[in-house]
Amino acid sequence: MPFISNTDKERKEMLAAIGVERFEDLLINIPKKFLLNKDCCLDEPYSELEITRKISELATNNISTSHANSFLGGGIYDHFIPAAVDHIILRPEFHSAYTPYQAEVSQGTLQYIYEYQTMICELTGMEISNAGMYDGASAAAEAILMATRKTKNFKAIIAGTLNPNYLEVIKSYTEGVGIELVLIPAKNGLVDLNGLKEAVDDNTGCVLLQTPNFFGNIEDAFAIEEIVHAYKKALFIACVDPISLAVMNSPAEYKADIVVGEGQSLGNSQNYGGPLFGFLASSIKLGRGMPGRIVGATLDADGKRAYCLTLQAREQHIRRAKATSNICSNEALCNLAATVYMTLMGKEGLKEIAVQSTTKAHYLADEINKLDGFSLAFDAAFFKEFAVKTPVPVEEIISGLREKNIFPGIDLKQFGYKNTLLIAVTEKKRKCDLDELVNALQEVING
Amino acid sequence: MAKTIFEKHSPDRKGYTLPANDIDITLEKCIPEKFQRKEEVKLPEVSELDVMRHFLELSHMNHCIEKGFYPLGSCTMKYNPKINETLVRNDGFNNLHPFQDEDTVQGALEILYELQKDLAEISGFTNVTLQPVAGAHGEFTGLKIMKAYHDHKGNSHKKKIILPDSAHGTNPASVTLVGYEMVEIKSNEKGLVDIEDLKAHVNDETAGFMLTNPNTLGLFESQVEEIAEIIHSVDGLMYMDGANFNAIMGLVKPGENGFDIMHFNLHKTFATPHGGGGPGAGPIGVREDLIKFLPAPLIGKKDDKYFLDYTHEKTSFGKVHSFFGNFAVNIKAYIYLKMLGPKGLRRVAENAVINANYIQKKLEKYYDIPFKDSFCMHEFVASGNWQKEKYGIKTLDIAKRILDKGYHAPTIYFPLIVHEAMMIEPTETESKETLDEFINAMIEIAKECEENPELLKNAPLNTPVKRVDDTLAVRQLNVKFEW
Repeated sequence: MPFISNTDKERKEMLAAIGVERFEDLLINIPKKFLLNKDCCLDEPYSELEITRKISELATNNISTSHANSFLGGGIYDHFIPAAVDHIILRPEFHSAYTPYQAEVSQGTLQYIYEYQTMICELTGMEISNAGMYDGASAAAEAILMATRKTKNFKAIIAGTLNPNYLEVIKSYTEGVGIELVLIPAKNGLVDLNGLKEAVDDNTGCVLLQTPNFFGNIEDAFAIEEIVHAYKKALFIACVDPISLAVMNSPAEYKADIVVGEGQSLGNSQNYGGPLFGFLASSIKLGRGMPGRIVGATLDADGKRAYCLTLQAREQHIRRAKATSNICSNEALCNLAATVYMTLMGKEGLKEIAVQSTTKAHYLADEINKLDGFSLAFDAAFFKEFAVKTPVPVEEIISGLREKNIFPGIDLKQFGYKNTLLIAVTEKKRKCDLDELVNALQEVING
Repeated sequence: MAKTIFEKHSPDRKGYTLPANDIDITLEKCIPEKFQRKEEVKLPEVSELDVMRHFLELSHMNHCIEKGFYPLGSCTMKYNPKINETLVRNDGFNNLHPFQDEDTVQGALEILYELQKDLAEISGFTNVTLQPVAGAHGEFTGLKIMKAYHDHKGNSHKKKIILPDSAHGTNPASVTLVGYEMVEIKSNEKGLVDIEDLKAHVNDETAGFMLTNPNTLGLFESQVEEIAEIIHSVDGLMYMDGANFNAIMGLVKPGENGFDIMHFNLHKTFATPHGGGGPGAGPIGVREDLIKFLPAPLIGKKDDKYFLDYTHEKTSFGKVHSFFGNFAVNIKAYIYLKMLGPKGLRRVAENAVINANYIQKKLEKYYDIPFKDSFCMHEFVASGNWQKEKYGIKTLDIAKRILDKGYHAPTIYFPLIVHEAMMIEPTETESKETLDEFINAMIEIAKECEENPELLKNAPLNTPVKRVDDTLAVRQLNVKFEW
């Protein structure tokens, strides 16, 4: 039997030592009628060779973005991942270890989380980071819970330029727990500042802003901060792309109180949307109300530096119903990939990636803008992603370009924007890849 | 202790190569000055070799399954087959984008569809959502389904979820997170749900009941049908925490025995590695009339074509993940199930149960085992009571001494209803020799308590660091490195 060590002979010896004859004797506490009298209806077992063959066949039924010219983004980005990342996360000591509750045999995990927290604080300008959340969406949702819990103001305002998938998850987390969500609509691809100004008041617990926003546009976080902090209690939550932080304002520069975001871009594959990981950081005074694990440096009995999970009195295994969140397992190995990635890239590498992504995106936007019938959907400044108005429905473009294995971007019709295509660019694109999309779009128009 | 990576920083050193930018536009043209970062990001500058050495050094300070036994109760730390890791790293999976057209991801959708079907089959439920990415995330999803069910029926008076005092901490925390109120009931002297106490607490406000089965004492809740009857009589729903599903796979289908909703822990039962705290996956199975409340999409199949099925989106309670859950984790569970087959599935549970009973039997003379009169399922709870009373040795000391012997410690001080608890779960992948060695180590420790208690109070002695001061960590909070 695969992956089971004991033989039938050993089983017998063990049953005898326990004092029973048959395995079934151990099941006396299970009502007889519960016990299945036939096998579950599953495929007969595959050998390692057979499953390898089967999986390879299934994989060939997919077209991966490495065999296509893909401009898909919307929260998940195809950034380059150095080979060393995977070599490290595959180390069994990281890969098959449990959550580091037993600090003395988990220093490896604890130290990399501490280093991860340090790097997230560097990127965001915050003072404390947790060890990670499920994804950007759940991090945003939990940040709202954290802010409203702290301020005891249960009105949460959300800039309508937020990734719509995040909004859906936020609704799941905030519905039924007394939080009033107020959505400020988008205007020309940015949140409507007047609308925001009208909505924020003394009862506001927090304002959540994504920048660059779902359309890739850069919001005026400075102006928004002033609107939010005009009210004493309201907290400002920024949702950011970590790659952008190498060249764009750290959220501390515009005085965000809590910072969240999707971390996948940092050394994790797209993996059809999972696993991802969310990051969550804040000022130290809000840190004690954070969800999730936090690692702290301390000393061992010999007075040497050591690490352990800290501020655990916030967590479910201690506080149960009064915990700040129910989160237990997070996406630790994805955080490790991010830590290794940021370490390899260093400050120059991360900046280079941000610069290449944004300059290439701007070149592409300029070129598409020149095409007859195409135009930029918004005139706001943008980072590595932008929306264009198309002369024909986007689905026609997507299916037209399929044959050439070009994935031109996301059809925003599903989010209420007709004839609008959202295009993302990373450093992986060469000029020829960008030109290929431009030419292909031209051909679609020419019919 | 290892230096931090920040202490290995050397200005201008590089750990990456990138192609030259073939676009001649400056950053200044793209991003208005106001939005450009003022202070440079401070990340370490090190070489690739520095990076490899650093993380290898860290890795050597971790325990892991490949290094040694992990008798960690309720965590099911079984061996994770390597083939999973090889196969999941296929370019045809890693480099799929969730916004790709269905036509270009048919292989991925087939895997997810099959996994939905297989999980539903082995648990006795009608369909499964793969969206939740952890056990607690599954609990949240399951309780949202419960809420949607009651909202749909106009049961606005239902506000309370009952759970036993042996429940995992995530259960009450999840109850709070969805806005329900927790009602905790007692376990009886046999370690099972106290039916009388349950009856005393069930009323019209009861929205549902959460139960881990086998429970956290490793005991099968034999009265589950009676419990279900009581809960269903007030139109409550039965939620099964599937953390301990490893004990009953192929033996019992919870969906056929009173449960309405259940989560699976793919990173426990289905051999997807724990990763030092994730990524896992916590799919939810439900009975037929609850499918309409599941997060959308499910994966559907029509005429040999797989598709993202949004047909129930209007009645769904909403989404819990940006996309479709932890796809790469789901592939590993799919592979594992295909390799086990129907007989292997049952065999896993059988050997997990035999291994646990074997250790329990062999240790009963040396440690207080409160429920030893009954056979356990895949795990059992021992107590350090005797050692504490006689020699002043706490369970924490015993756990730390276990580390010295080359094992991970059991889960300690849980469940809360057993004093000085040590919860031991061997899993089916461990061999008799390993168990015998562990048993001997535990017996040795029991003797050490008697003969050399100081040794235990100072343990661990053979680990990369000595006992870690966690109160100091809180008192002098240091959560990032200053450099």
